[in-house]
Order: sequence, then structure tokens, then C-alpha cells
Amino acid sequence: MNANEGGAAANADRNPYLAHHFLDKFQQDDAVKMGMWLFLVQELLFFGGLFMAYISMRFLYPETFLQEALAHLDWRLGAINTVALLTSSLTMALAVRAAQQGKQKQLVPLLGVTAVLALAFMGIKYFEYSHKIHDGLMPGIYYAGEAVGAVEAVHHAPQIFFSVYFMMTGVHGLHVLIGVGLIGYLMWRATKGEMNENNYSFVDNVGLYWHLVDLIWIFLFPLLYLVK
Amino acid sequence: MSPQTANTYAHPENDLTPEVNYLNATKGLKSWLLTLDHKRIGVMYLVTILTFFMVGGLLALGIRAELFTPEGDLFTAATYNKMFTLHGAIMVFLVLVPAIPASIGNFVLPLMLGQKDVAFPKLNLASFWIYIFGAAFLVFTLIQGGVDTGWTFYTPYSSDHASGSVVLTLTGAFILGFSSILTGLNFIVTIHKMRAPGQTWRKMPLMLWALYATSVIQVLATPVIAITLFLLIFERILEIGIFDPSMGGDPVLFQHFFWFYSHPVVYVMVLPAFGVISETVSVHSRKHIFGYMAIAGSSVSIAAVGFLIWGHHMFLSGQSELQGAIFSFLTFGVAIPTAIKNFSWIATLWKGSIRWNTVMFYTLGFIWIFLIGGLTGLFLATMATDVHLHDTYFVVAHFHYVMMGGTLFALITAIHHWWPKMTGRMFNETVGKLTFWLAFIGYNLTFFPQFVAGTQGMPRRYHQYVPEFEVWMQASTIGSFIFGAALFIMLGYLIHSLFKGVKAPHNPWGAVSLEWETATPPIEHNFHGLPVCTKGPYDFDEIEEGA
Repeated sequence: MNANEGGAAANADRNPYLAHHFLDKFQQDDAVKMGMWLFLVQELLFFGGLFMAYISMRFLYPETFLQEALAHLDWRLGAINTVALLTSSLTMALAVRAAQQGKQKQLVPLLGVTAVLALAFMGIKYFEYSHKIHDGLMPGIYYAGEAVGAVEAVHHAPQIFFSVYFMMTGVHGLHVLIGVGLIGYLMWRATKGEMNENNYSFVDNVGLYWHLVDLIWIFLFPLLYLVK
Repeated sequence: MSPQTANTYAHPENDLTPEVNYLNATKGLKSWLLTLDHKRIGVMYLVTILTFFMVGGLLALGIRAELFTPEGDLFTAATYNKMFTLHGAIMVFLVLVPAIPASIGNFVLPLMLGQKDVAFPKLNLASFWIYIFGAAFLVFTLIQGGVDTGWTFYTPYSSDHASGSVVLTLTGAFILGFSSILTGLNFIVTIHKMRAPGQTWRKMPLMLWALYATSVIQVLATPVIAITLFLLIFERILEIGIFDPSMGGDPVLFQHFFWFYSHPVVYVMVLPAFGVISETVSVHSRKHIFGYMAIAGSSVSIAAVGFLIWGHHMFLSGQSELQGAIFSFLTFGVAIPTAIKNFSWIATLWKGSIRWNTVMFYTLGFIWIFLIGGLTGLFLATMATDVHLHDTYFVVAHFHYVMMGGTLFALITAIHHWWPKMTGRMFNETVGKLTFWLAFIGYNLTFFPQFVAGTQGMPRRYHQYVPEFEVWMQASTIGSFIFGAALFIMLGYLIHSLFKGVKAPHNPWGAVSLEWETATPPIEHNFHGLPVCTKGPYDFDEIEEGA
């Protein structure tokens, strides 16, 4: 039997969202979902490097990490940001559900709330950053906090704490911004009605990404702001 | 459905009927540069990789020319440092890492699975262009006057002291990592979710097991070098100090980070090579592969253990002796799956109907060279001998035996084995076999003397040396030029075959994996209809008949 002929007949009622090289929508959705999980695995290893740097530097300067964190990081702002991100994860999850059920009227507003909460997070981050920059609490050679001599700086190394702080929160913030971009793109596609019960893989995947970004913050917050 | 016979999925009437194939389906530069066809992307990768191989190779010939005499007479020390840095960076990031998976792997993987394409064709194209974008940074570095950090970018030299465009090189390597991750991700999903009906994991060609193990490493290890290079870029620009002892940071941390990627990545280079050899050794000796599951399992276990042994690069870095001992022990562990492969290949050859063709010559050349490369690795894995051999030419010879001898001989094997399928033409066997001898002799003459010079204490990365090493260095230089000549001859006869070669039948080697069941060259969507996998990848017809 020549399967090609059967294929041609099946083409007529082929799902428009199904790419040519997949057998059916199940295979495609399966593949897309697995690809996203693999991407998240590599994200974890990417952040893993930063967490390793944190562990390593904290072992070298345990007192510094304690003192600088207590003196210069405001746990209240961190806590507000945590609530903002956790809530945005909830609205994202509801958005995924709305897409799966084809509830267009809910989808766009839910995505909108998610994006607004993400931007609120970045707003608070901006406030925190500018406050630290104003105080001279900068990484590496730009550190100009409490006047400590060069030798003292090496042994106490507050600059290292701020290197770790800025790199970790900076890379995380970058991921939040990318997430806002993705959510914005989703909203644009959703208003055109392209995100529906037949085609929600992309919403699903952005959702997974967003939960990961959220989850990483769940670790950053206690490690940087709370640990004693 | 009728029983599967050869060529079922090729053109129904006659495989020699000219048919629209992937090469002539669409025309124009744009149809190549923006193609979503994995075969064209594979070919573009191959051409690009070979071009960079030539650039890196010419730098190597420059290095060898300088080392012909003990005096530093051809280049200054600074120029020499830049040359070996760029040679290393180009060869590792632009050539060896993508060498087999991105080019040959891209071409054969969907075909072997009986699929029309990889799972994410657009991602595949994106990965190619990310590769080109990253490569542009390295080329730009070259034009800017180069860097002299060595391809390892050790801090604090790279962060504080090195001159030149270090940030450009780092950015290039950072970007190239994304290309590698995306290719790996694509392959894993394709193998998991898109196998031909009937093709269980145990019916996959071993090339796919090798590519699978490779992809796992690419996805898990590459992000770590990405964050490392990212931090190093900030180290260089802002002096954040995490890796810088003068700021209170830890340079050994950088080495741990660096080798956490850069050791597993040698398996990204060599596992696909194992895959290629597993195919060719079986097809060209007309026998079932010996120990199918042992070879498949050893690929996966090499990938797993490969993550736990990075510390053997750091025996002299100040890590604790206990750490060293553990890393040494685990490193020895990798020798076991590697030996399993070697013995299985040799057992496959045993009493096979061995074809003495170019592909088999290179296959045997690979086994020989990789055996030497692998065994000398054990000297370096032993802490006591490594103290003596660390940073000598012994190390240089060892990693060239496994990386260049291993990966590149396998790439050459793969190019010859799949050349008929990719191009639709046969190359000249006689010239091919003669060139093999030139390449094999030139190769061993280049690197074997370096083992001797290394054991006598010749350090690496110097542009001049004491006269007692002259004889070894001269032999090595002569060998390298012979090897270089052989590669140019190879380029010549392969290009010649494109225009003047005999038209290839659809299955010149009598192989039974699915990529040989379609037309030669394959049609744009690989197969007419949906292939069904009814037998194992090494159940050759004559074995069936004999049984």
C-alpha cells in the first residue's frame, strides 16, 4: 500500500496547527512539551552555576554575607516581591486553564494581570537597585560603601556579596523581563484568537517558564534576604 | 501490507529514475539559507565546520612551522600565544563540538528514524544561525588581533592581565553554547517522540544512541559554561571579583566551573564518533554489531560518568588530595565503557566479510588512534604520573589523539560513509584509500613524537624550546604537513566526485538502517509514505539468507 495516498486524503481535514512532519496533534503536543521541559532543565543548570558561586563565596565569607544582608537588604521589599511573583504564577496558571478551555474572554485579562504583577516586581527591584547604587553598594571595584581600606576590603569582601547579589538578581530579573515579553506576545496572539483549545501549547510553555522564574525567586529570596 | 523490501520508500518504479531530490527541489541562495530541511541544514553545517577546520588547521600548521627549530624565529612569543589560543578556541567551539552531531547527525537522524524532519525544524535553523552569529564573534576577534589566554580562559590572567579582545571571544563562545543546547534539545525530543512504527529503542541504529547520549550532555553541561563565561565577561568589564583573588574571589572556582562543562564536552565530541564507527564497522564487515546493548549502554554511561570526573584537570590546582583521588578513581571508571566499545568493534570484525574500502580504512584507523589516545589518558588520570606529565606535550599528544584523531577521523569516516546518500555521487575508492595512508602516517608522525617529547619534560605553549627536543619536534612538524596535504587531497577528490563521480545507487553499501531505504539523494520529505521498521539496523540481507 502506498501510504502517500492515504496521507493526501487525510490532508483535507488536517488540523491547521499541526506541522507537516508530525503524525498527529498528540505527537506534536507531546514533543513540544518535552522540548520545553528540557529547556527548563538547562535553565536550572544555568542558574545552578550562580547558586554554586553563592555557596562558594558564602563559605569564604560567612560573616560578610550575614552582615551585609541584614544591614542593606530590606526583607519587607523582598517579601512584597515574593507575593507579587507568587500571585502572578497563580494568574498564569489560570490563563493556561482558560486557553485549554477556549475561554478567550478570560485569557487576555489573566495574562494582563500576570504581566502587570511582573512589572510591579521589576519596579520594586529598580527601587532597590537604585537605592544600593546611591549608597555605593556596588559589585567588585565599584564598591564604595562604608569606607574600608583596600586590605580590609579583601578580607571582609562586602564587594563580593554585592557581586553575588547583583549577578543573581540581575540574571533573574532578565528572565522576568523576557517573561513579560513572552506574555505580551501571547496577549497579542490571543486577541487574534490564535490561542484556543486547539492550540494552547505555547501558553502552556510560557506558563512553565513563568513558574520556573517564580521558583528561582523562591530560592533567591531566603538565600539573599532571610538566611541567618 | 507487503513485506518490506529494500527501497520501498524510494521512488516506486526505479531507483535510478531521476527524481526531484532535496538538492534540486528548490533553487536559489535563499532556499538554502532559510531552509527548514534538516538535510540542507546539515550540509550547511558541514560546509561551515569544514571551513573553520581549515582556518584552525592553518593556524596549527603555523604553530608547527614555528616549532620546527628550537629558536623562536618565525613568530614572536605574543603572536605564538595568540595563534594557539585561536587554534584551540576555533577547533573546540566551532569545529569539534558541532562537528558530527550538527552536520552528519542533522542529516541522518530523522532519516534513521524514518521521519520527515527533526521535531523542531525552525529551532534547527535558528541553531545554525546562532552558530554563525557566535562564529562571527570569533572571526572578529581574529581580525582584531586575537587573544592570548589559551582556549581555557583561566582567571585571573584572562580577567585582569590578558590583552586583546577577550570579551569578544567570550561572547562568541557564550552564543555558540545556545546553538549547541538547541541542537541537543531537538535531537532528544526527536528520538523520544518520533520513531518509525516498529522502531523500538533497541532497534535504533547505534548512531542514534550515541547522538542521544551526546545531546544529553549538551543540554546539561553547556548552560554551566554559559553562566561561567557570562560571569567572566562581567569579571572582565566590571571586575566583580568572584573569580579574582585580588578582589577576594576564587580562581579555582573558575576552574571547577570551566571543567564541569569542558570535560563532559569532550564526550560531546567523541560519543558521536563512537556512533559513526559502530555503524561503519558493522555495515562494512557485513556482520551484526557485537554487543548491541553493551555499546548503547556504554554511550549512556560515558555520558553519565563523564559529569563526575572534571577534577582530573585540576590535580595541581590545589584541590584536596581526597578530591584528587576520587576524581582519579572515577576517571578510570570511564575506561570501562570505552573499552567495551573497542572490544565490541573488534569482535564485530572477527570473521566478518570485511570490505577493504576507504570507509573501512578510516574505521580501522580510528580504532587504532583512539586506542592510543584512550590508553594514554590513563597515565594522565593517575595522580602520581600526572604531576610529571601535567602541561607537557604528553597532554597535547593525548588530547589530539582522542579529539583530532578520534573525532576528526570519525567525521572523515562519516563523510565517506554517507557521501553517496548526501550527494548522490561515489568518490574514487583508489584515491581514497591512498589518501588514507598519507593521512594516517602523517597523523601519527605528527602526534606520536609529542608523547616522547612530553615524557622528557617538554612543556606546552612555548614558542621556543631546548635543542634536545628538536628531533621530535621536527618529526612532528613534517608529519603535520603530510597530514595537511592529505586533507587537501581529500577535499580535492570529494569535490571532484560531486561533478565527475559515478552516480550512486540508493544503497551502495547494502546497509539496512532506514536512511538507506529512501532515494539517493533523498527526496525533500525523506520518504514516500511512512516507513515501518520491521528489522534491526544490522540485519543484513545475506545474514537472513544464510540463516
